[in-house]
Amino acid sequence: MSDATATMTPPSREAGVPKLSVDALTVERTLANGERIVAAQDVSFDIATGEFVCLLGPSGCGKTSILNVLAGLDRPSAGRALLDGEPIEGPGPDRAVLFQDPALFPWLSVRANVELALELIGVDGDERRERGRAALASVGLSDVLDVQPHELSAGMRQRAALARALACDPSVVLGDEPFGVLDAQTRELLQNEVQRVWMGSGGRTTFLFISHNVREAVLLADRVLVMSARPGRLLEEFRIHAPRPRDLDDVLVGRVVSEIHALMLREQERPGA
Amino acid sequence: MRRLAHEVLPPLAGIAGLIVVWAVIAATTSSASIPSPLAVWDALVDGLRDGTIQEAALKTLIRLAFSFVVAVVLGTGLGVLLALNEFARRAIRPLIVALQITPFVAWVPLAVVWFGVSERAVVFVAIVGSFPAMALATLQAIRQVPPLYERAGRTLGARGWTLYRKIVVPAALPGMMAGLQQAWGFAWKALMAGELIVVAAGATGLGHLLAGQEHDVTALLATLAVIVAIGVAVDYVVFGQLDRRIRRRRGLLIES
Repeated sequence: MSDATATMTPPSREAGVPKLSVDALTVERTLANGERIVAAQDVSFDIATGEFVCLLGPSGCGKTSILNVLAGLDRPSAGRALLDGEPIEGPGPDRAVLFQDPALFPWLSVRANVELALELIGVDGDERRERGRAALASVGLSDVLDVQPHELSAGMRQRAALARALACDPSVVLGDEPFGVLDAQTRELLQNEVQRVWMGSGGRTTFLFISHNVREAVLLADRVLVMSARPGRLLEEFRIHAPRPRDLDDVLVGRVVSEIHALMLREQERPGA
Repeated sequence: MRRLAHEVLPPLAGIAGLIVVWAVIAATTSSASIPSPLAVWDALVDGLRDGTIQEAALKTLIRLAFSFVVAVVLGTGLGVLLALNEFARRAIRPLIVALQITPFVAWVPLAVVWFGVSERAVVFVAIVGSFPAMALATLQAIRQVPPLYERAGRTLGARGWTLYRKIVVPAALPGMMAGLQQAWGFAWKALMAGELIVVAAGATGLGHLLAGQEHDVTALLATLAVIVAIGVAVDYVVFGQLDRRIRRRRGLLIES
């Protein structure tokens, strides 16, 4: 596995019970005008414990719909979504979700936002305060504990959201393009932060991020799953073996990025696509 | 200084203008039914000196506080219930709307039949007159909470009542402030109407005081001034400040 090359393999099943699993998943959505659309169609993949997977695809390919099903926020129209082999019935603090909007609660200070998450999983008193402080320190926000979210920069808000997600020690972190609206520099900082957090978890925490940004996906993921335009289907799977922490200047990273770009371009120009 | 010029000066100028107009009218008509501002001021000072105004105001404010708290608790609870349950919403919301648009004075006779000519009748009118506004504002505010907060809360493990208590209701608070302010206004008006009409022997209160001053226009205007002053003070100071604080904390206040 250390050959540091990118290989293309068909979607494969890992040995043992995967951490997350979607099996022939189809998700439909109702638009504001009442029209039903198939967001994702017959998508299957497994994610092993401790893996970092990115689901990559053009806007509207149903990536978010799949993530919402895994988060337990939405129900699939067909197929199954499993966590540790059990059907996902609803949301829970074992699966932290990073939304595109940081979704911090504006009536609470940064510290209180993190502490609320801990309170909701039953952490009390000094331990709650301590873990809240530690989580915010780990993303470099020790200086703004008592600041209101609206007083932070966009990047700091997303950092606080990351701290809130990680404070509860989730086994899965689901990211719905959490850095999508940030400027390039802030985005890079946060990507490094996420890499660091994931490496620090020692293979206990499973990450599934959604992105339409090829470079971001290749930078972060062990595996990149590329989806087609709507109705989203799984096109290809890329395993990224580049050493971490990764750098966008890394030759190997650059090669995989071009390869995926080429695939997505072909798909776009395919007749009927 | 700028704040003083911006926020304090204009209303003071308005009041001064009103007093000037009033003084001119009083001087030119010289009718007994329009006493001069100075005469009313003297009546006010007299009333304050012998303590009748303070006693009446205190009694009224205690009734008001009680009615308001009951109306807010009842209204908030009902609003949350209606937001939670669609059947309850469809069944009960029209009734609350009906209650809201019924003039509160219309409840006075029934209150007297149920509770007699008593303080309880007055408080009943104030509560019935004010809780619908709170209930409807709470329902509206909850339904306008961005779904993202609820979704984020659910992924953090909040559900059921905890989700409401920790996330939905706090998120709805700025919207509920409007209901709070409205409920206070209705409670204040209904209480005055109640006190004015339902006068038990020996009862004190600003409305009762007003009822006994039909033949003393000067004292009547002095009492009226106190009623207006209390209303404005509570509205501006208590609710204005509370609303600003909530909005500033959430970054919703645009400071000019």
